[in-house]
Amino acid sequence: MTTSKKKTVFLAAVLILVLAAAIAVDAALPSYHIVIKVIKKGTVYALVAVSMNLLNGFTGLFSLGQAGFMLLGAYAYGVLTIPVAKRISVYQYFDGGAIQFSLPEIFESFLGKTVGTTVGMLLALLVGGLLAALMAWLIGLPVLRLKSDYLAIATLGFAEILRAFFQWNALGPITNGSNLLKSYPDFEHATSYIILAGLMIAFIVLLINSTYGRAFKAIRDDEVAAEAMGINLAKHKRMAFIISSFFAGIGGGMLAMYNGTIAAAPFKSAMTYEILLIVVIGGIGSITGSILASYLYIFSAEWLLRGLDSGKFLFINAPAVFKNGFRMVVLSVIIMCIVLFFRKGLMGDKELPDLLGRRPKARNKEVVGK
Amino acid sequence: MSANVLKVENVTMQFGGVVAVDNMNLEVNEGEIVALIGPNGAGKTTAFNVITGVYQPTNGAVWFQGEKIVENHPQGKMKKLYKGQNDGTYTHVLAPTPDKITQMGMARTFQNIRLWKSQTVFDNVLIAKHCRTHTNFLSAALRLNRKEEAAQRAHVEELLKTVGLYDVKDELATSLPYGKQRRLEIARALATEPKLLLLDEPAAGMNPQETDELTAFIGEIRDKFKLTVFLIEHHMDLVMDISDRIYVLDFGKLIADGTPEEIQNNQRVIDAYLGVAEDA
Repeated sequence: MTTSKKKTVFLAAVLILVLAAAIAVDAALPSYHIVIKVIKKGTVYALVAVSMNLLNGFTGLFSLGQAGFMLLGAYAYGVLTIPVAKRISVYQYFDGGAIQFSLPEIFESFLGKTVGTTVGMLLALLVGGLLAALMAWLIGLPVLRLKSDYLAIATLGFAEILRAFFQWNALGPITNGSNLLKSYPDFEHATSYIILAGLMIAFIVLLINSTYGRAFKAIRDDEVAAEAMGINLAKHKRMAFIISSFFAGIGGGMLAMYNGTIAAAPFKSAMTYEILLIVVIGGIGSITGSILASYLYIFSAEWLLRGLDSGKFLFINAPAVFKNGFRMVVLSVIIMCIVLFFRKGLMGDKELPDLLGRRPKARNKEVVGK
Repeated sequence: MSANVLKVENVTMQFGGVVAVDNMNLEVNEGEIVALIGPNGAGKTTAFNVITGVYQPTNGAVWFQGEKIVENHPQGKMKKLYKGQNDGTYTHVLAPTPDKITQMGMARTFQNIRLWKSQTVFDNVLIAKHCRTHTNFLSAALRLNRKEEAAQRAHVEELLKTVGLYDVKDELATSLPYGKQRRLEIARALATEPKLLLLDEPAAGMNPQETDELTAFIGEIRDKFKLTVFLIEHHMDLVMDISDRIYVLDFGKLIADGTPEEIQNNQRVIDAYLGVAEDA
């Protein structure tokens, strides 16, 4: 068997294993169980981290607007899926809001309960993604002329503006102002999350390995050479930005689903940093790294280290030390250790199947070009 | 249509007070190998950058295959400066980006090698084929372009065999020895299917043997791919061996042009290279 075949088989095996495990966990545990919660949130973060990696890791555009695009996706999902009957209580300060339809209910009427709701939910997610993509196209026009840190600052600013904008009272009939959106449907099973995010991540991976993905990598490695070889910089940067934002939007919708409520406040720059952290820990330029790091991060932050906040961690009972906030101290130390000992992240720029075979290595480093 | 592939017309490139290229006029005819030589800092690479669209010239136009591809004639402040030269009649600006010019059929290499460092030899050449793809990102990601992709890969393999890099195709580009990196850059430029190949000091940093190989190689690819070659070079052996015609640039001005024999015997060229004696 050739190495590439081995890699494919290995990857397929891992995927099947993950799916089987997810189904088993779903069957064994109730949906409010912490394991399900961790898997769901980890999956959402994996999708968003991979979308960020597409832009930051593969195209070399340092953008920090992820939270803004997620916010758009989250709101689109919430606004379009809250059942009509519940709108009056959700939008209690805005007379039931301006929008009086719900996509899942529309599709329910002619596709039946289960299928209709699912189609409506997926469509709402898609709308969120498209909205984020549209916004990316708009702000990409001026912002993508900037380079490195300047681009990061501009996109960060955009995300913050968007967050403030969504809390604006005048938009209340749609966004509910600074009040919560709630009562919208959620996928009960972690498997649904995994399949949904998995399909989208698969698309990103396929894109990265296609001719366009290669062009993105060329832009990352050397912009001048890329342009001289006929790659339209503006077009490809915009494309990467829009695609990345599209998936961030869908990720935002899924995060809203998972949380059960939507407010603009949590979509702060801190959320972008969280995702950036995951991308860096996983390895900039490694899809599997991002996925692995998301689960690890969510697992430690949401579950493993929770006890550090509430007095009891593993078998140690020390309420005097383990007070609120201690979790973040430990998490920070762990992150620092990872960054110190894994300079290029857990996976570097390798993917999981690469661990099987030898990759091309720079043999004689001294002749590396200027 | 004229027989010249490249025509540079009154091109001036100014950076602040420095005139890097001063009113340059030159022509490269189809199938020729033309060299642009000159002492360090004469403005050779600047001329290349104007031709390939990296810089917008302060004044002048560039024609490629009978079509005007770059044009800028002074406006505003510059218009005053150039008044009299062009009678202030031109205000037209035509400034395509380098990628468009490459797509028209002009490809270049760089003086300081600019390969994509994290990519293999094969991928470096394959990426250059990207500008010739017709698929959109959706069909590319969903693998609906298998035929095109396979054709491109086959073409890249053939190209790598031609330039003698097929056996190292899976190595990282930057792990190759210097001479092979130069070859790879040429292969990458060829992958964009050019009519005109611009080589910016292809023999820089090469030893005499490598230079000889390169000389033969440039001739080979010119015949094989029916190219026109325009090159900048310092190695006089190489230039005199393969050039049909030579232009000599000194302090931004063209001081001579002609066949290698004519250039070798041109007093102004000799002065420019060796300097003029104080009392001469």
